[in-house]
Amino acid sequence: MTITDFLCLSPFLIIAGAPIVIMILISILRNYAVVFGFSVLSLLIAFASIFFIVPAEPHSIKQLFIIDSYSLFFLGIIILSALLVTMLSYEYIKQLEGVREEYYIILFTSTLGASLLAVANHFILFFLGFETLSISLYILIAFQKTKDSSIEAGIKYLIMASVSSAFLLFGMALIYTAFGTMQFNEVGSAIHNQGQFSPLVITGFGMMMVGIGFKLALFPFHMWTPDIYQGAPAPVTAYIATVSKGALMAVLIRFFFNIKGFDNPYFFAVISVISIFSMTIGNLLAIRQQNLKRLLAYSSIANMGYLIIILLTGSNRGIQSAIFFLTAYFVTTIGAFGVISLLSTAKNEAEKIADYEGLFWERPWIAIVLTICLLSLAGIPVTAGFIAKFYIIFEGMKAGLLVLVFSMIINSVIGLYYYIRVITTLFANTGKTKLPLLSFTGNLTLALITLSILVLGIYPGWLINIIVKFVHL
Amino acid sequence: MILLYLIVILLVGAFLAWIAGKRNPLWSRVISLAALSIDLVLTMSFSFQPLAPEYKWLADIKLDWISEFGISLHLALDGLSLLLLLLTFFLGILAVIISWKEINSKVGFFHFNLLLIMAGIVGVFLSLDLFLFYFFWELMLVPMYFLIGIWGHENKTAASYKFFLYTQAGGLLMFISILALYFIHGRSTGLYTFDYLQLLGTEMSSSTGMFIMLGFLAAFLVKLPVVPLHNWLPDAHTEAPTAGSLILAALLLKTGAYGLLRFIIPLFPSAAVIFAPIGMLLGIIGILYGAKLAFAQVDLKRLVAYTSVSHMGFVILGVFSFNELAYQGVVMQMLAHGISTGALFIMVGQLSGRLHTRDLRKMGGLWEQAPVMGTMGLIFSMASLGLPGLGNFIAELLILIGAFKSSILMSCLASLGLIAATIYSLRILQKVFYGNKNKNWDMNDLTIRERIVSASLVIVIVVLGLFPQPVFNAAKPAILKTLEAQKEKTIPFTESSKDKSSTNNIFFFHRSN
Repeated sequence: MTITDFLCLSPFLIIAGAPIVIMILISILRNYAVVFGFSVLSLLIAFASIFFIVPAEPHSIKQLFIIDSYSLFFLGIIILSALLVTMLSYEYIKQLEGVREEYYIILFTSTLGASLLAVANHFILFFLGFETLSISLYILIAFQKTKDSSIEAGIKYLIMASVSSAFLLFGMALIYTAFGTMQFNEVGSAIHNQGQFSPLVITGFGMMMVGIGFKLALFPFHMWTPDIYQGAPAPVTAYIATVSKGALMAVLIRFFFNIKGFDNPYFFAVISVISIFSMTIGNLLAIRQQNLKRLLAYSSIANMGYLIIILLTGSNRGIQSAIFFLTAYFVTTIGAFGVISLLSTAKNEAEKIADYEGLFWERPWIAIVLTICLLSLAGIPVTAGFIAKFYIIFEGMKAGLLVLVFSMIINSVIGLYYYIRVITTLFANTGKTKLPLLSFTGNLTLALITLSILVLGIYPGWLINIIVKFVHL
Repeated sequence: MILLYLIVILLVGAFLAWIAGKRNPLWSRVISLAALSIDLVLTMSFSFQPLAPEYKWLADIKLDWISEFGISLHLALDGLSLLLLLLTFFLGILAVIISWKEINSKVGFFHFNLLLIMAGIVGVFLSLDLFLFYFFWELMLVPMYFLIGIWGHENKTAASYKFFLYTQAGGLLMFISILALYFIHGRSTGLYTFDYLQLLGTEMSSSTGMFIMLGFLAAFLVKLPVVPLHNWLPDAHTEAPTAGSLILAALLLKTGAYGLLRFIIPLFPSAAVIFAPIGMLLGIIGILYGAKLAFAQVDLKRLVAYTSVSHMGFVILGVFSFNELAYQGVVMQMLAHGISTGALFIMVGQLSGRLHTRDLRKMGGLWEQAPVMGTMGLIFSMASLGLPGLGNFIAELLILIGAFKSSILMSCLASLGLIAATIYSLRILQKVFYGNKNKNWDMNDLTIRERIVSASLVIVIVVLGLFPQPVFNAAKPAILKTLEAQKEKTIPFTESSKDKSSTNNIFFFHRSN
């Protein structure tokens, strides 16, 4: 192992080392604030360490890791999202009964799994990351031991994720049988040499797609999403919606572009159908939801549907648009769930839309944050979501994917309907809210999030320039 | 730079009004008034510039925004946008004044939204970058949605949804078209840009041009509105607070008309000619159908809302007539309709503020108690039916003459609209101010504040009617430029189709120069 290897692995080492330190801290002195502070600090250091790797990229370690600008960018947004989720968890987890410090340990292990996915160039690392992420998430989802819905969601996720892992693993095995390699780029070149896909390979890829589809909650593997979003503690939901999906998306994009799936008519058709159905079904089912968490769950299905359009663009610019979209989506989603987490108490999860009635007139600040997040999800100008959607539509049009772009446009209108329904509730004239006041960390985090949504919406040029200049696959 | 300041002042004013409104509602009213007045004065400073005979921008500013996509902050002002800006700020000031007593709850947030809508409208009238244009186009929606949804009347929620979804759907279709135009232009010239002036000469096949134009039309025709797409309008106008109805009718609808003149005709000259017969027909349907529905209403505010549908029919009729007279008429109609319909909505607001009903069947014989209000109602109903001496007469007459040059049949049908307008306008007067008293209302006449508002509107509509020449002078360069682009592009088309149109020019469309 060279020095460069070691340097390149430093973010992972920090993220893997932090939980061990926390365990030791807990055994010496169980102090919630200390553990929280240490977690925030470690994530900050891990984030900072990325900048030291930048001169070393591109770099691969054995066959497993690939450290390039693409994976570093994903690593960056994953760690930042984990940081935001950590900050939003502070109040929420503090109110829980029993031991709470362990929450941060699991948050770190799941972040480790997600980060490994971002740098994976090999089925082994892919699966390792996938499982590390999944197993940590079982625990996080069921973290509120006293709540039935939380346990139920945990078990549901356990079963679903195990099934999806099985599919994924079997798919990988089939592809290994066909090509004798597990490295993404070698699989890609093997396919390229063969010229066409054998049934074995098609089956293999199909099964892998099932596994990935489950995690990304794409149609027709989306059923679990609303229940788990609803049952999990709000910060964990934010985590599943962003970090977990983003990491999977990172590996999916890398793999799909390595095997040049967009050139294959079957894949093209399958991805198109999945995309159109995901956005349509997600949006249609969201319309009648009375529970904000479920509504956001369906909205996330639709958003993933928009995002996978770029798989078919087959260009670097397409990938860049996906990265911008994910960045905007991460910030926005964490903001929306952040509001829910901060307004929830140990007894009452602020998840019913009715709970938010007239919030604007009593707590204008938090209502504005939620409104901006929802407008951003709906893709209204001045917010990050608008530019993100524009970018995807832009690249989609450029690649000539008119049907997909049109269905995205139609879906945006449907989506608008339920987002403004929530906003209308926020601005309703009646209602006395019982929701609690916000803490300092909560306010700070929300302020950061709102600021980034607006900055990305009004002056996105700088980030787009960075992405276009540096991020290539 | 002044153009940018116009928008920035409104935005800053919006936030100040909101913050100040928490302390004292009066402050936010004063701040809004101040912001709009400053803008009005700034805009007026342009109107004293001598108008050059050849076309040029009165002011032009271009800054980088998102250079990666070729998006710039490009604002420019010509005679057409100048007239519309003057209208915007004038009516914006009135909107603040008429809300002085009507809006008592959440005053700060109300003015925040009001100024934000104004900023969006100003942006739409000034943008010369298509992305920026779309940005402002959408920016108007959210605050307008709040304005209807929070301060509206009984069915405000449904009306605000309808408004938002209709306009957003139209807007998104336009957005696709903007992108398509961008890529077509980029591929043929290698220059990827959203700049309007660059995109002007884009070459494309006629079917592509048609599809792209339809996308733009979707947005503009929904806003205008044209009959099959007008469904949102009566609800939104009826349920909005008076200031909201005023802005909707007088300004938001004009953004659609402006879009037709500024974007559809110059960007798609040949496709526009092909679409013209349909466009004119839609205009006529709008004129007659809107008038018929207006006549059938018992809700006074709804009645006035439908008159907008009718009057906007003249706009689309004129736009697709392709000659100077018609275009002068369209510009005049935009201004005159803004003033007269705005005034009628203000009157409805004053009435329902006193009577707490908008039901025509419960009114009648109100002249006795409120002669001043009655006089105002008389003047603006007369304006609405196109009485000579008032602005609307000039506008509609010019549009009819212009349309006559293009298609005699269409023009004749459209002139029936004037009769229909007479019927519904007189009905307003008879049901509200004349006739028997259906109920003994105890109401007072206009207050000083209301008199000032109404008087200023009367002055403007009379001046427009008696001295329209300055308006024509201001709009002329922009109109000629639009027509020029249109003529250059469509020469092959018109020559080839000349035989058809000359043989049967009552039914077919032809252009006379």
